[in-house]
Order: sequence, then C-alpha cells, then structure tokens
Amino acid sequence: MSARTLYDKLFDSHVVREENGTALIYIDRHLVHEVTSPQAFEGLKLAGRRLWRINSVLAVPDHNVPTTDRSHGIADPISRLQVETLDQNCTDFGVTEFKMGDVRQGIVHVMGPEQGATLPGMTVVCGDSHTSTHGAFGALAHGIGTSEVEHVMATQCLVQKKSKAMQVRVEGKLGHGVTAKDIALAIIGKIGTAGGTGYAIEFAGSAIRSLSMEGRMTLCNMAIEAGARAGMVAVDETTINYVKGRPYAPRPEQWDAAVAYWSTLHSDEGARFDAVVELKAEEIEPQVTWGTSPEMVIAINGSVPDPAKESDPTKRGGIERALQYMGLEANTPIDQINIDKVFIGSCTNSRIEDLRAAAAVAKGKHVAANVKLAMVVPGSGLVKAQAEQEGLDKIFKEAGFEWREPGCSMCLAMNADRLEPGERCASTSNRNFEGRQGPGGRTHLVSPEMAAAAAVAGHFVDVRLLLN
Amino acid sequence: MQAFTQLNGLVVPLDRANVDTDAIIPKQFLKSIKRAGFGPNAFDEWRYLDHGEPGMDNSKRPLNPDFPLNQARYQGASVLLARENFGCGSSREHAPWALLDFGFRAIIAPSYADIFFNNCFKNGILPITLSAEIVDSLFKAVESTEGYKLVIDLETQTVVTPDSQSYAFEVDAFRKHCLLNGLDDIGLTLQHVDEIKAFEAKRKQAQPWLFN
Repeated sequence: MSARTLYDKLFDSHVVREENGTALIYIDRHLVHEVTSPQAFEGLKLAGRRLWRINSVLAVPDHNVPTTDRSHGIADPISRLQVETLDQNCTDFGVTEFKMGDVRQGIVHVMGPEQGATLPGMTVVCGDSHTSTHGAFGALAHGIGTSEVEHVMATQCLVQKKSKAMQVRVEGKLGHGVTAKDIALAIIGKIGTAGGTGYAIEFAGSAIRSLSMEGRMTLCNMAIEAGARAGMVAVDETTINYVKGRPYAPRPEQWDAAVAYWSTLHSDEGARFDAVVELKAEEIEPQVTWGTSPEMVIAINGSVPDPAKESDPTKRGGIERALQYMGLEANTPIDQINIDKVFIGSCTNSRIEDLRAAAAVAKGKHVAANVKLAMVVPGSGLVKAQAEQEGLDKIFKEAGFEWREPGCSMCLAMNADRLEPGERCASTSNRNFEGRQGPGGRTHLVSPEMAAAAAVAGHFVDVRLLLN
Repeated sequence: MQAFTQLNGLVVPLDRANVDTDAIIPKQFLKSIKRAGFGPNAFDEWRYLDHGEPGMDNSKRPLNPDFPLNQARYQGASVLLARENFGCGSSREHAPWALLDFGFRAIIAPSYADIFFNNCFKNGILPITLSAEIVDSLFKAVESTEGYKLVIDLETQTVVTPDSQSYAFEVDAFRKHCLLNGLDDIGLTLQHVDEIKAFEAKRKQAQPWLFN
C-alpha cells in the first residue's frame, strides 16, 4: 500500500459506504452542548426517532452558564431555558450530561479530552466549530451544524466528502515565552483565515512534537480560524500518557491493543500532502492581533499596519474598517496600546497548563490601575480544582484577578460576561470578530502569558521582558 | 427541506470580505431553542443603530440607513451577493436559518467557509461560487442598476444576468440532487441501516474500547 497521511488513515477507516466521492462516515464520539442541540433533539422528537447509540453521546452546558456564584441558577430567563432544555432532552433520550454544579462540567472541548472521551483514532463531532481541538489526539474531529447534529444522533454517521490534506510543519525550538497560541496565530497570519479552507491540517515537525497535549489542543483548536474544519497531530507517547487512566479511556485489559493501534496513527514516510506550509519555531515571537479577524496579527514588537501601504483595494478597505472599529491609529506600536479588560479562558486557553503559565507571570505582581477587570475562567470544574490545589487561585486573586466558575464566558459573551462598547480586551480566546465579546467590544488575541503580562502592565508588553 | 429549482431574484450587495457567522446572527439570538424567527435579527449589529436583544420589537428599532439590506431598492431581495470567505467562524446553523428567514434563497460569492457552506445545503439555500472577477462585475452591475435581478437555475447550473450573460457554476451532484428534490439527509442515510450496523459490529470487534 502506498504511503498515507494521518488524515487518509483516519478518514478511510471510518467510511461505511461511498458513492461518487460522497462518503458516509461513522462517528465514534458525539459531544453536545446547549446552544446547537435543542433544534436537533426537537427534530428527532417530531420524527419519532431515537438516538442510534446513546453511549457515544456526552453532553455539557457551557456557553450560557454563569461564571459567578451559581447557587441561584442562571439569572437570564432565556439562557436558563436553553440549559434546562438540554437537561430535559438528556433525560428524555438517556444521554449522560455533566450538569452545572457537577465538578466535571466545563467547556465541551476541555471536558471531552479530560474525561478520556476523546481518544486517538476516533471521529469526534460536536455542533461547535472548535471541535477541531480534539484532533490533537490523532483523531478526526470537526464542527458540524445542527442539521448534522440531528443526523449523527439518528444515524451515527455523517455525509462527508474527503478534504484535501495540508501539512503545517514547524521545526526547531520555541523561544522562552513563546507558546502554542503564538504558533497558531503566526500560522494564521501567514496563510490567512481562508488559507485552510477545504483542507484538513496536520501539524507536524519538532516544535509540535515537543508541545504538551494542552499546547496541541490550543493549536488544533485554532485550525478552524485558518479555515480548516479539522486540525490534527500524530499520536506519540505524549498522547498516550495523557489518555492513560482517564474515566473513558480503554480498560486495562483493552489497553495494549489500543496502544498498538494508536501507534499506527501518523503520516507514513513519504506520504503526499496537497499543500505544505513551513515555519521556523525560532522565528515565531509572541503574537497580538490588531484587527477584527485572526489573520490581522503581528508580533509584539511590531506596529499597527498602515492601510495606505496596501495596494489591494478590498484589503485596504478591510484594514481601514478594522482600525476604525478597533479605535486604533495606523503605525501605533503594539506595546503602546492600553487595555481595559483581560480575559484568560476559552476552549483555546483554559487548561491547567495555560493557568500555570499565566499565574507564573502574575505572581507577586498586581493588575494595573487602568485595567477595570481581569478575569480567569478555568475550562472545567476539574481544571479549577486542580488549579486551586496548586494554589494558582491565590496567586491570581492576590494579583487582583477575579477567579471564576468554568464555562465559555467572555469568549463569545452569551452569558453575563462581556465587554462594554469601546472596551479593549487582551483575550486568550480565538476570535476577534466585531462584537464577539460584546457589542462594540475590541478584542486582541494573545497567549495566556501575554494576557497576564498585559494585565499587570496595563498595555501589551513583551512577556519575555517580564520573564527574564 | 424546501426544494430549490429555479429563482428569479432581486440581488442585494454586501461588499465586505470575511463576513463571519457572528455578524450574520449575533450570539444573543442563539439562545432561542427554535429554528425559525431569526430573520429580523440577521446582521443585527450592522442593520440597526441600537443594540438588539431577544424579545425586542424589531419593527420599532432605528435602522442603519447605510446598510444595503435596509435600502428601499433592495427590499424583497432573495439573492445575497458577497465577497470571499463568506460565513467564516462559528458553526452556528442559526446563520443560514437567519438568512432563509430573511428571505434569501441563494448566495453568490467567490468563496465560503466550509461549515457554513455545508449548512446552507441543509436548509434549502444555494451557495454559488463564481470567480472573484465575475463577482466583482456583478457588484458593479447591482450597484448601478436599480431592480437588478438574476435568474438562477440549479438544474442547468447557471446564473443569468438581465442582459442574458450566463455564468456556469459547479455544485456537488449529491447536494444538487437533495436540493432539487428537497430531500432530508436522515431519511436517505437510513436507507443504509444494514451497512451501518455491519460496520459498527466490525468496529466493536476490532476496537471494543470505543464502545465502553
């Protein structure tokens, strides 16, 4: 057999049937949250359909949950109804759900891997574009719409056409203070937000191999911001060590067979990719977005671009509109931009390693006077508990950060956490679209280290200066 | 799903690249547990001058007169003309639901984000890809011609302009079949129950840990 890519192996091993290039692929794991599932459950009810395989589904409320005191439930009646609808649907259909108040509750893309519900070789879907996160495990994972959520619930399958395969290779050693988030933003800056459209991206190279699972999840999470529905990393010891012992991991008597199979989940030597993008780890610096699309990104020592220097009129118009929305002048050095709020959290950067890294920067310092709110929102109840065990909550609180309950929070501001119009935020989330963190809010995407550094400085600053 | 065969529709231009699904339907409206009723809040932040929340009477809200969807000449439009990477970002199917509820049945753009593109077909909306040059010429024509309509024929895969210029477009055969006939994917897939069951049984044998 000819050399195959990891994507080939994952896709081909799930094809139930194929006709004229359209395949029916089998889905191993279906993660569900409250926003994109109610209409799917309703569709099943109306058609009198059941779930094809109940134990393939795991549900958790995350988008609408409050991150402050939860003893009185959800104040907003519309948010509350959506979460209650998920609870009711899970009861009606027999689906396992980690409800608000359960220590396992958290952002769906943090919860899945944490529970071992995401395993190498799986197909994983969820009605959420950041499902690409799970590809970090050598899985084929991507976001789907609500019609497809219903389709997977009813048939355990998805109608798919195979994507093209792209390899993004990052060789070398990352500098101190440079993270997986910076790799992700640097890649998007290079190929653009549509650069990966139509592709499944495999991240490879020595810099990727040396990332922890948390770092790989951050990277695959952002694959969708490069336009790719799926991102993935080959299985290695890091993957296997992370999975071992988790609640949904293979049982001891299944373990050796599982590991033997997982060890085949990498691109073969000489496998052909439709596109290859290469970056040198040493050249990647801490990144900050300046505009309203993740591709509008620059290194911390750069300046806001000047639209006058752009010759393409559509691009020039885009830069002008972004600068106007962001309230920024062309050519302003990035480290002279003051901020109003800081958000450390989201499915991109709310895992234990992210919180450790941010705490290391914040330790013994204090949030700057001009920063109205700096909040840390752990990705799950278990991340929160782990952080508290390590004393990270104390470090954050002593430095003037708020320490919150787990959920999506101000990444998309569906709950009460949001920016006011005109407020500027250093955010560890994944999208800096207009209004994403609240109408009129201005988002700058950064790593957890860079967000903590901005919090204590009151403006963007090269975290490497604080670490040295 | 509503079938799509032929459409003779008024065109409205949305001259921005990278229009994301957060812009098409902002997050506060995603709290609905229904599929219908998103139309009045399509492009909410661009369309209205105030901040929209669910439950507001949208007919009383101040409209942004500069936004094309609000302009008299584009009222009743069913074809949305857009720029590259339309529908990027969140996978929310509320985006095509909002466009459909507003009255759009077709979109023309040089490129789309994958998930949005896929979601359109599940809801009877035809997303047509034409070259950036053709899209550019359509923008010029729409802006200079009041009442500019296009005839879109899915069967023949053509877009025909008022001056009888015809542009061919590509569409996946399976998606075309479903759209022409208004077919529900689930019903089609369930015709293959035996194959799915056989595949699943084999998988359970080979990788039992996936079924724990």
